[in-house]
Amino acid sequence: MLSNITIGQYFPGNSILHRLDPRVKVLLLFFFLIEIFLFSNAVAYGIFSAVTFALMLLSGVPLRMLLRSLKPLWWIILFTFVIHLFSNPGTPIAQFLLFTVTWEGLRMGCFISLRLVLLILMSSLLTFTTSPLKLTDALESLLSPFRRFGLPAHELAMMMTIALRFIPTLIEETDKIMKAQQSRGADFTTGNVMKRLRNMVPILVPLFLSAFRRADELAMAMEARCYRGGVGRTQMKSLKTGAIDYLAIGGFILLTASLIGVKVLA
Amino acid sequence: MSFIEFHDLTHCYNQGQENEHKAIGGVKLSIEKGSFTAILGRNGSGKSTLAKHINGLLLPTAGSCLVDGKDTRKAEELWQIRRQVGMVFQNPDNQLIAAVVEDDVAFGPENLGMEPEEIRLKVNAALRAVNMAKYRTFAPHLLSGGQKQRIAIAGALAMDTECLVLDEPTAMLDPQGREEVMRTVQKLHEERGITIVYITHFMEEASVADRIVVMDKGNVAADGTPREIFADVPGMKKRGLDVPLAAEVAWQLRHQGVKLPETILTEDELVEALEAYTCQSN
Repeated sequence: MLSNITIGQYFPGNSILHRLDPRVKVLLLFFFLIEIFLFSNAVAYGIFSAVTFALMLLSGVPLRMLLRSLKPLWWIILFTFVIHLFSNPGTPIAQFLLFTVTWEGLRMGCFISLRLVLLILMSSLLTFTTSPLKLTDALESLLSPFRRFGLPAHELAMMMTIALRFIPTLIEETDKIMKAQQSRGADFTTGNVMKRLRNMVPILVPLFLSAFRRADELAMAMEARCYRGGVGRTQMKSLKTGAIDYLAIGGFILLTASLIGVKVLA
Repeated sequence: MSFIEFHDLTHCYNQGQENEHKAIGGVKLSIEKGSFTAILGRNGSGKSTLAKHINGLLLPTAGSCLVDGKDTRKAEELWQIRRQVGMVFQNPDNQLIAAVVEDDVAFGPENLGMEPEEIRLKVNAALRAVNMAKYRTFAPHLLSGGQKQRIAIAGALAMDTECLVLDEPTAMLDPQGREEVMRTVQKLHEERGITIVYITHFMEEASVADRIVVMDKGNVAADGTPREIFADVPGMKKRGLDVPLAAEVAWQLRHQGVKLPETILTEDELVEALEAYTCQSN
């Protein structure tokens, strides 16, 4: 039951979005999200939606998979919409008991919901087209300037890498321990919440013990292979910024320019 | 001068504390470059502790350990020693660091600060040497135990290691994985002249070595070629060890008055000696 897990939601492929430098992707996403909040006129929203939709098609990730990422946040989107529907003063359309629905409310509700939908879709596009390992490399590279303020960029990335490596191993191990305890009569499926939590203890204790032993042995193996922190370390797969990355940056600047143009004209 | 030299090497865990434990005491031993040495001994005989001294994972509490003339206690020499001496541990899961096979093999060279193109070449060559090139992009948890151990060996090879210290690398493997690892180690020894220090519980594995060192109670109890070591069946039993089945059968027969040579090690040799014996007695 615990097998067949995938970490994150990476969808392997070879689209332009997959091939972009992950650092460029992270940065452009960051600025795009800011712009979604900065420009709030109707034309801008049209442009944002068109760009998002175009990128979704370009990514080669099945649209249904992308739209499924909205599912966990569906209630939040609906809730935001309803709140805005009732809480904006203006021309009334209809009245429910104490609450009045206004045109302005409807407009705001639509925009804010659309804003949330775009935010989620764009962020999931990043995680769908970038493997967790590349994301880790990108974060290490982007955070490294902050090292001089005491941010342990390399150590954070190393922790992420090791976590990614050991999640499947620990899940396998949990499975094994559960089976071992079940074969001795442990019961994990009946009883109320408190009872079930208490029954987890015989799984967690051996799991933690073995995790600590693993950590100990892994540290020794790393030391045996000349690991001494991030200083003087190189990377086999160093990130490279190429033509498509500059193209993407150019496209983004164009987008920003047109958004500013629209705002000035409006 | 030998490649590895132990001079009266002593190691105490938790020295000066209540639970002080002397794991090895006064080991004198030298291992030649390009040799294949197997270290045998029961649990707690100090063989793993000895192995961890070779690349400075443990430092001697008394005496010294020299690798290629360099003292492991000198911090500035340690990184060169670790580059020359690669280590493979018992648990295949707890020594692979990266989430992709080739990234893991690249870990050592990356730590040494090599150029990306050079690392790529070394990684490819190392994976070919252990016959794992087609698993380059696999995640370690999808590999079998024997394959994981070969990746660990590749990780050491990518650093241009001259000596491999393997600490019971097959203890957690199935017979097929054991065979794969053993074949890889022998191939590297024969084709590249890599010095092998092989710690094991399996007598069959030890019998392919040039030399066997038997450890008992923290010191060297016997040292010689496999034939010499396995001829001394009572001595081995006394130290809690077995001998290969053929050697034991030959020993028992000798005791019953069957005249067999003392150097029998493999089943083929035993069959041959028995045939010669029956011909003679007819």
